[in-house]
Order: sequence, then C-alpha cells, then structure tokens
Amino acid sequence: MNKVTANCENCPVHNAGNLIKLGIDMSDYDYVIALAGNPNTGKSTVFNALTGLHQHTGNWPGKTVTRAEGGFEFNGHKYKLVDLPGTYSLLSISTDEEVARNFILFGQPDVTVIVVDATRLERNLNLVLQVFEITDRVVICLNLMDEAERNGIEIDVRTLTKELGVPVVPCVAREKKGIPELLQSIDDVATGKYKCKPRRIKKRDKKLQEAIKVLKFKLNKVFPDLPNSEWVALRLLEGDAEIIRAVKSGEIGKILQPDLTSMKNEFTTAEN
Amino acid sequence: MTERDEIIAIANRLRWEVGGNFHDALMESLYKEAGEIARKTMRKKDGEFAFSLDRKIDKIVTNKWTGFPIMFILLALVFWITVQGANYPSELLSGLLVGDLYNFLRTSFISAGVPDWLTGLLVDGGYLAMAWVVSVMLPPMAIFFPLFTLLEDFGYLPRVAFNMDSLFRKVGAHGKQALTMSMGFGCNAAGVVATRIIDSPRERLIAIITNNFSLCNGRWPTQILIATIFIGGLVPAHLAGLVSAGAVVGIAILGIVFSLVTSWFLSKTILKGEASTFNLELPPYRPPRILQTLYTSFIDRTLIVLWRAVVFAFPAGLVIWAISNIQINNVSLADHFINFTDPFAMFVGLNGIILLAYIVAIPANEIVIPTILMLTVTHYGLQLSGVGVEAGVMFEAGSIDLTRQILEAGGWTVLTGINLMLFSLLHNPCSTTLYTIYKETGSWKWTVISALMPIAMGFTVTFLVTQLWMLF
Repeated sequence: MNKVTANCENCPVHNAGNLIKLGIDMSDYDYVIALAGNPNTGKSTVFNALTGLHQHTGNWPGKTVTRAEGGFEFNGHKYKLVDLPGTYSLLSISTDEEVARNFILFGQPDVTVIVVDATRLERNLNLVLQVFEITDRVVICLNLMDEAERNGIEIDVRTLTKELGVPVVPCVAREKKGIPELLQSIDDVATGKYKCKPRRIKKRDKKLQEAIKVLKFKLNKVFPDLPNSEWVALRLLEGDAEIIRAVKSGEIGKILQPDLTSMKNEFTTAEN
Repeated sequence: MTERDEIIAIANRLRWEVGGNFHDALMESLYKEAGEIARKTMRKKDGEFAFSLDRKIDKIVTNKWTGFPIMFILLALVFWITVQGANYPSELLSGLLVGDLYNFLRTSFISAGVPDWLTGLLVDGGYLAMAWVVSVMLPPMAIFFPLFTLLEDFGYLPRVAFNMDSLFRKVGAHGKQALTMSMGFGCNAAGVVATRIIDSPRERLIAIITNNFSLCNGRWPTQILIATIFIGGLVPAHLAGLVSAGAVVGIAILGIVFSLVTSWFLSKTILKGEASTFNLELPPYRPPRILQTLYTSFIDRTLIVLWRAVVFAFPAGLVIWAISNIQINNVSLADHFINFTDPFAMFVGLNGIILLAYIVAIPANEIVIPTILMLTVTHYGLQLSGVGVEAGVMFEAGSIDLTRQILEAGGWTVLTGINLMLFSLLHNPCSTTLYTIYKETGSWKWTVISALMPIAMGFTVTFLVTQLWMLF
C-alpha cells in the first residue's frame, strides 16, 4: 500500500493537484522562475496557465514588451514567475529584447524556462544554446506540440533531453497539456533534485580562453557581485559598445538589482 | 586611470591578440550545433510541406492586389456587426440608466430633502455622466473588442504589418510601425509602449508621435455613434448599417494615411534618416478559442476601458455641473466659454460645446460624447425628465433617437458630424498617453510636439472641409 502511495507522489499528474495559482500574490517566494524564448512561442500562455492570471496573449511576435510577474505555489514551494519579452538571441539590441537579456543574465533566476516552438526547433535551439552558456538550471517547455503534429513533424523528446542535458517537457499550453509535468520539472530543477548538465558548445581556442580568464578576474575584482562575468568579458572582447559604456560608468553593477516595482508599474500604466 | 577604465583598456589590447573573427566563429558553431541536434531529434513525415494551408492563405491575404481589399473588408465587417448589434442594447441601457434610474434618483433625492445644488451636483452631474458613458460606450465595446481580439488570435495582425511594411519603409519609417499602429487601435498608451520593438531611436520616435493617428478604444464608440446618427441617417434604413460602417473604416484609413504622411514629413525634416531593415516572422494561423477570447477580451478590455471611463466620468460630471451652474454676471462659466469660442468654432464646422468637451475630456477620450450631451442639455435648457424642473423640451430617454435629438437641438448638422469624426481622429492624445510618451522618450519637447501637432492638423483639416462644404 505504501509503495502505491509513493508512486502516486512521484507522478506529475497527481501533483498537479498541488498547484495553487497565486495570481499577483508574490509574497515570500522561495524561487524565481524566468520565462524566456523566441517571440510568439506561447510564453504568455504558459504564464497564464501557471499563475491563473489573464495576461493578454496574441498571435504575433513582439506582443509582450515588458516584464509581467505572477506567482504560484507547487509542492509547498512558492514561486515567482517572470514573463519576459521574446528574443531570438542574447546578443540583440532592441529595448524589449534587452529586458529579457538583462533579466536572464543579471536577474539570477533560480530556473530559466525556455519555451520552444516545436515546429521551428532548429531556430529555437540557437537561443537555448546561448542560454546554456550562462546558466545551468534550464527547463525546456517544448510547446505547440499539436501544431507540430498537424504539420507532420515528429520530435524524439527522449533523445532531445539527452542531447541537451536538461529536462524537456512536451506541452500544448493552450490546452494546458503537459503543464503538470512542466511544474514537476521546474520543481525538480529548483530544488536540485534534478542536476542539469547542459550541452556546451566546443571549447573555444586557447588564446580566447586566456583572454576571457584575464578579463574575468579583473571584472570580479571591481564588481564582486557581478554574475555572468564570463559573458561580460566576452562582450567586452567583441567590443559591444553598450556593455563597454555600462562598465565604464559602473552601471553594470546596477543592472544587478533590476527594479521590480517600477517595471511592474510601467506595465500596468500601459495596459490601462 | 580608474580600475573601470583599466578593464576597457585591457579588453582593447586583448581584442587584438585574440583576433577579430572569433565572434563569427562562435555564432557559426552555435548554428551548426543547433542544426545537428535538430537533425538528430526531428523527423518530418513524408507528404505535403509543413504549413501548406497557411501558405495558401498567406498567398491571398498578403497578395499585392487582394491584400488591401481583404483588410478593408474585414475591418468593415467588424464595424458593421458592431453597428448592427449595438443598437438594441444601447436603447435598453439608455432607457434604464438615463431614463428610469435617473428619474428615480432625482425623485428620491428631492423627497429626501437634499438641497437642490447637491442633487444637481451628484445626480445631474456625476451620476448622469456615468450613466451616459455606460449606455453609449458599453454596447459597441462589448461587440467590437472580442471581434478584434479574434482577428488578433487568428494571426492576422502580422499579415497587416506585412502588407503595410513597404508603405512605411517608403516614407522612411520602420516596418514594425505597422504593428505598433495596430496596437494603437486598442490603446495609444499601449501602442507607445509597444514601440520598444523598434531598435532605432529615430524610427521609434516617429512611431511614438504618429501612434495617435490610430483610433483607440476611447474613440471607436464615438466614431461608430456619430457615423450611425449622421452618416447612416443620409441613406435608406436598410443601407444605414453598411454605410455607417463604411464611414468608420474611411476614418480609420484616413488615420493610416495621416500616419504615413506625418512619418514621411518627420523623416524628411526633424527626424532625418533611412529606414532600417528587419525580419518579420509570419506566425502560423491558429484557430482562436472563441469562448476564452470572449471571456478575456471582456475582462481585459471591455471592463477595464469601461471602468476607466466611469472613473473619469464621475468627476467630469461634477466639473460639468459646476461650470454650468457657477455664474459670473448671470451667465455660467460654461456658457461664457461656449459663447466666446462659438464664432471661432464655426470656422472649423464645430461648436463651442465640442471644444469645451474636448478640454474636459483630456483625461479620457471615452467621455467626449457624454460631456457634449450634458453640456448641450444645460446650455440650451433642454430637459431630460419632467421631475422637479420647469417645463422645457422633453426627451424620451431610452428612445434610440435620444442622442440624435439632443445633438440636433444643439444645432448639429451632417457637417458637424463629419467634422467631429475628423477632430476625434486628429486631436491631442489623452493625458495617459501623453504621460506614457514622456516616460518613453524622457523628453518634454517630443511630448509637446506629440500633443500640439495633431491639434493643429485637426483644425486645418476641419477648416478645409468646412470651407469646401460651404462652397458646394
């Protein structure tokens, strides 16, 4: 009898009953989850499914330009979920994409959920691999599986999971299919039950490695709290004008504490 | 040299040592890797190409010849359904709120011995403004928003952007401005925030300044109402709905034309520059989930917009009552303004009441029509109910013609109707939008330009229309 109960507890479908949608109540959260992905992959739909909020969704890329936040509780852990604007790459420059980039880089979310369009796997993987460069704790929400099926696209989820080294959860967010499994994976990664081993692209050449090491050391000395100093070092080597400016003015240290409340207000004003 | 500058110096030196093309190499390996993984894990079944139906639809709706007509027909269809569907509920609500409930409140206040001025302020001012906002605004909104949201969920908006892209580029603006313009059709403040998807500051400013030419939530009902009364009234009843819908589409298209012309003007004068290129992804068509869309568009849009209107209407009602009743030399403040501006307003085919209403309604376009109605009623001493007021013109609230009767008693003609529709398109953005513009641009200069330019254009256009009208 005991054994049956234990199995039930391991089953995500059983645990979906433990989801409490908290809406905008985000007090005393345990973990912060960022929701990232290419434009128009259904991030806001996933956001709504998890928080019970009614963030406006629309079928066009670029609909979300600011961050939206909401909360939910699962397995007794309180989560704050941040819905980010869609971005094709972490190297982009437009303001909406910068919001996403800065949060993933410097907001230090406990788990980054990347919503991937199953019908455009290859292009979406570009962003996934870039995010792998800066954080280990990633869950892939393989969304729009119904559309993929309708169009004769098959994805081998098990192989994909193995190739990527992080949990991959097939979903149809619009119909809330796969959401219980997604929750379980988020929880597993957040609590450290699942150890992610994301696939990294092949080692760069020696000279580059050495240069990054030197810069990283220097950066860590001046900005001791800077997360992802390796990424900043790389951007400095590439001559990214924006990052150079941010380092010169010391602003790079300030991106660390993204002002959550002011962003929120901005969003509310715009909606009204 | 500070430590921060030192970092930059080291980076500059190391960049030479490493060599310039490592970024490209990095990106290349990234793409290669992504391609490899996709090949290993994804399989395409034999048969038709993916999204073949989508491609077929796209061939028609983004076609050079059929794209624009389909766009206009879809828009016209949406308005036609709105005009046809809004009649009956409008009548019902107006009978209930402006008729029965208003009479009941007034009688109750008087029999409870509330002083006249307080009854006037609260019932004839605050309450009546709210009642009018709800009965005039709610029905068209409750029909229009869900229809528009359905189109959006289906995936039609990016196709509109695709069709318009070349036009915007020709005038030196960013193709994505077509998307922010579409957002503006919901709310200009949201449209201004949406311009963040445009990278170049120059093109973003153009998109911000011209967003006001997209008719917003607060102005659609005004357009629909006035078109129904004055344009629809020109033709036989069975054509009225179609013609009114056509008139509203005409104003919307005119807005797009103004948006293009202004963008062109700006990019040739104070915001000189070339249009930048971008990729626009056409998402697959997705069958909208009707019930969910109805629900969210009702909660997200209809109720929020209505709530905003009501919140602004109550204080506006108090202000209207106050300026209509505070007198200097036995003439009320409102009448002073109306009499003073009337001669000028005649040149542009409007009247003093309309000008005053647009000042009162700066916080929210939604309350323009209710304000005009209330000011007309008090200015001409019209009477809405027989309770507690001396004899005057009596209106039967709840009849479909109430609004028309009041406006005609205020001296409105077809010309006034047309000019109001034009002025509603071409005037300053509401205060929320102006505040958003200031926050997004951080510049008073651009905020002031965004406010004054449309007003100047509005007066010019209505003046020309009026003078032409007089000629024929």
